[in-house]
Amino acid sequence: MPYNPALVAPMRTEVTQLGAKELTTATEVDAALGDQKGSMLVFVNSVCGCAAGNARPALALALKHSVVPRQVVTVFAGQDLDAVARARQYFGEYQPSSPSMALLRDGEVVHFVHRHQIEGRSPQTIAAELATAFDRFFGAAV
Amino acid sequence: MSGHVFHPGHAELHGITVVVETHGPLTYVGRYDSEDEQGVLMLDVGIHDVAAGVSKEDYVRKSAKFGIQSDHKRFVVPAAQVARITRLGEMSL
Repeated sequence: MPYNPALVAPMRTEVTQLGAKELTTATEVDAALGDQKGSMLVFVNSVCGCAAGNARPALALALKHSVVPRQVVTVFAGQDLDAVARARQYFGEYQPSSPSMALLRDGEVVHFVHRHQIEGRSPQTIAAELATAFDRFFGAAV
Repeated sequence: MSGHVFHPGHAELHGITVVVETHGPLTYVGRYDSEDEQGVLMLDVGIHDVAAGVSKEDYVRKSAKFGIQSDHKRFVVPAAQVARITRLGEMSL
């Protein structure tokens, strides 16, 4: 059952204020991820305090890196159920995980950060690993 | 809404993705919830049976890379079977 929207609103804002486009329906997901070109980061947001509480500030830090994805979108697990289910269809063999982050290039997942790679890690550590992935996969002006 | 772990009253591993190795052929990967005399309660659990032909190491490696293919939403690993609990993020494979 989804949480109270008022409880979740600050968690949404923490991501959208970074410039991420929020996708709340399957139609919006298809519009953003269908025939996707260039570089994109999909942030699967979550209410989980012990993981998402570090993932959101990690995203904020990573997006200050010199190389960043051209597009950043977000869906909210446990809240926007249809949107999340549809987004996961674009993640190929990567299993559902929240919070998580998928890096896509021309519609293909090139890197995935699972929940277990976020748990117990500082935002700085997560961001540094994301920045390395940005350089590796998006470095050539994708 | 940023910050670190805050699960007052819960075990240190509550909410953490772990690998539960057993004294038998089964290995469990999923989120640790709690533990009592009955065993370890896990959520979104994948189960590996060495009899399936894939090594435990390969199963855990695949889970680390692609995520956990959940076989059970909730599962209690009997306490007597538990040999070791390790964070998936700390498994060196």
